[in-house]
Amino acid sequence: MMVALPEPQSEPKRGAEANAANLAIARKAIEGGARRRRWQLLSPSIIVIGIFGLFPLTITLIYSFLSPGDFGGVTWEFSTDAYVQFLFERDIFDDTLTFSTTYLSIYGRSIGLAFGATVGALLIGFPMAYFIASKPPDQRNLWLFLITLPFWTNLLIRTYAILLIIRDEGIINVSLQGLGIIDAPLGMLYTDGAVFLGLIYSYLPFMVLPLYASLEKLDFKLVEAAYDLYATRFQVLRHIIVPMAKPGIVAGCILVFIPGLGAFITPELLGGGKELMIGNLIALQFGGSRNWPFGSAAALILMVVVMLSLIIYVRYAGKERAHG
Amino acid sequence: MAKPRRMKDLRKQPGFEFLAYTCLFFLYAPIVVLVIFSFNDNRSVVLWTEFSFRWYIEAFDNDGIREATIISLKVAAVATVFSTIFATMAALATTRTPSYRGQTLAYAIINQPLMVPEIVTAVATLAFFTLIKKLTGVSGIGYLMLAHTVFCIPFAYMPIRARLEDMNLTLEQAAADLYATPFQVFRSVTLPLMAPGIVAGAMLAFVVSLDDVIISLLIAGPGETTLPIYILGQIRRGITPEINAVSTLLLGLTVILVAAFFMVGRKK
Repeated sequence: MMVALPEPQSEPKRGAEANAANLAIARKAIEGGARRRRWQLLSPSIIVIGIFGLFPLTITLIYSFLSPGDFGGVTWEFSTDAYVQFLFERDIFDDTLTFSTTYLSIYGRSIGLAFGATVGALLIGFPMAYFIASKPPDQRNLWLFLITLPFWTNLLIRTYAILLIIRDEGIINVSLQGLGIIDAPLGMLYTDGAVFLGLIYSYLPFMVLPLYASLEKLDFKLVEAAYDLYATRFQVLRHIIVPMAKPGIVAGCILVFIPGLGAFITPELLGGGKELMIGNLIALQFGGSRNWPFGSAAALILMVVVMLSLIIYVRYAGKERAHG
Repeated sequence: MAKPRRMKDLRKQPGFEFLAYTCLFFLYAPIVVLVIFSFNDNRSVVLWTEFSFRWYIEAFDNDGIREATIISLKVAAVATVFSTIFATMAALATTRTPSYRGQTLAYAIINQPLMVPEIVTAVATLAFFTLIKKLTGVSGIGYLMLAHTVFCIPFAYMPIRARLEDMNLTLEQAAADLYATPFQVFRSVTLPLMAPGIVAGAMLAFVVSLDDVIISLLIAGPGETTLPIYILGQIRRGITPEINAVSTLLLGLTVILVAAFFMVGRKK
């Protein structure tokens, strides 16, 4: 973001040397002013987000090494129990630790569901994005609007709308029973499948938009050239379109995976509290279970998983750019 | 062997059009069902009987819904005003001054609320606010407004920054050449040109605040129930057509705002 500095306008007519010195002073003054102005402009956002966004994360880190208070909150006593609890179960009687997969399996399930939803969204979103990109420019805006609209509408309400459709007395079961295809409701709600469907539904626009952004830049002359060289449609897709769309694919996958991993509403409503995901586990520790240190630890472990995915993304995207 | 085809055919991939329409259907079908059944006279959410505004009237008469709506609007209004002001200033700082060290860091901090999973933000904010409340004894709706302001900043920032980046610097430079002071340049050139971006940013911030569930759910104190929290509570208790009506109203408000956002964005 280079912005041209206004050149100092009136130059005192003296020697060339003095002239250069004057220029340097003037430039310094302007730069100094710019710096001051910049920080004045930036400081409200930085201070507010720093104090109320970043600092609380530090508190969470500290809390994760403390002991739980009697009525929620913490007592200021150092303890690594939260992390121990994550991997082991403590026997109530003799305090022995046995390895337990209770919480690991919640993380495993969440990662699996979020990953599955990412792949699902990619499979649906890619044709969608490609289709929009191949439309004439004046029609693209309408399509983009239609895709973006559900994204801005309330996640809770969209999830509730799915719940209405797939529950036992929902429109699918009632129609199928009415038609005599099934005798009993399919029992779709409160299953992993329902959560999976909900996640794809919630985050599909996150996938389509970056995919579209990279496909829109696709030079169809390359496609044409490939056809001229007798490539089949599949070869064109495989060797031209998909590689060109890679930045969009990676960005879309990250944008679906991360919120999917920390999802709260989807598993809460469609999983019915039985199919716990990381988000619900964390909320539960701060709400009903009142074990803040453990909740903090669970939140930080989620952060670590997210950071790792982001690092992989940055590495990967960086390498792609170097190649391209 | 494949003959040279016309450009129009070349762009197409078999089945993609069908999939695109299926995808659109998938996105809208549940919402449409919800909206239709909010006008159903019957208590049932599956069997259509007769068109009626019955559930809307009941929703309007419901004190809980009315109070939750007022709180939601209050919080969203405050969060929108502050986050838009902060985001506008930050956008000017990141696009209208020479590049500098720490720019990436500043950018990362502004976008921090987007990078951290919302549930983590929610519990971290809860922990922090509980600490402040214990130390100062101050409580109230201010905390909720503050939390909303923080996570609305990046949403307001995005369209404003995009607008500023699209804007040509020539007009601002011309004004400066004509001896306008920096403030005059900003007041009469930059601000009017970036106004659509600011309006778009404010609308997004408003929608995002209005829709928030997780952060509000964790940090709202007693008597600070926002509309989404109210709706979530009702869904947990059991499904009533009244909730369909409220959901449809909230949906309608969002659609109007987002449609307006697109209109503002298209006018260049």
